[in-house]
Amino acid sequence: MFFDAEDPVFGVALAITSIIFLAAIVPIIYRIVRGPTVFDRIVALDLFAGICLGIIVALAIRFDQPVFLEVAFVIALVGFLGTVALARYLERGGNE
Amino acid sequence: MTVLVSILMVLGALFCLIAAIGVYRMPDLYMRMHAATKAGAFGGSLLVLAAAFHFGTPRSFIMAVLIIGFFYLTAPIAAQVFGLAAYRRGLGLWEHSKVDELGKALAEETDDDQDSQ
Repeated sequence: MFFDAEDPVFGVALAITSIIFLAAIVPIIYRIVRGPTVFDRIVALDLFAGICLGIIVALAIRFDQPVFLEVAFVIALVGFLGTVALARYLERGGNE
Repeated sequence: MTVLVSILMVLGALFCLIAAIGVYRMPDLYMRMHAATKAGAFGGSLLVLAAAFHFGTPRSFIMAVLIIGFFYLTAPIAAQVFGLAAYRRGLGLWEHSKVDELGKALAEETDDDQDSQ
């Protein structure tokens, strides 16, 4: 099983973390789909990148892979570039 | 150590959930950004800290400090640029918002430009 860690406390914590992340994705998807403006969608996508970082770190803990932290590092480094680029584009009157 | 890692992990995920609920519930863009940038970054940081304690090696601690540092360095920049862009595009505040200092500052800026011409 996915949550069969050696320590039962740890397995339960991993299960709770996964469920909370799943619950967090639902309102974000709603905001991405419904808008109402393109700015709201981009804010929701920005938060989605942060939640992806959290999920990857949780996977790193579950599978004992410190290498996954480097993936999280790359997301933290370049995740904001898309937001800034879209902001500059929309500021100059780009199409919504 | 497992207990500490578990608590940090669940707490971080909870903060991510709070940020997501904020993005869903808040009435206008600026409040949604407020929820997304602060709570989201804090939740991610707690999870990275949990990973650092879980692995317990110097390398993972350095990695955690780097991730948290760059996350807190870049998130406010993105939020600032993005909020300014939205305001310049004429996205209004919530109808019950009371303070609009950026609007005043931008109005004075345009007044100065007209005076100098």
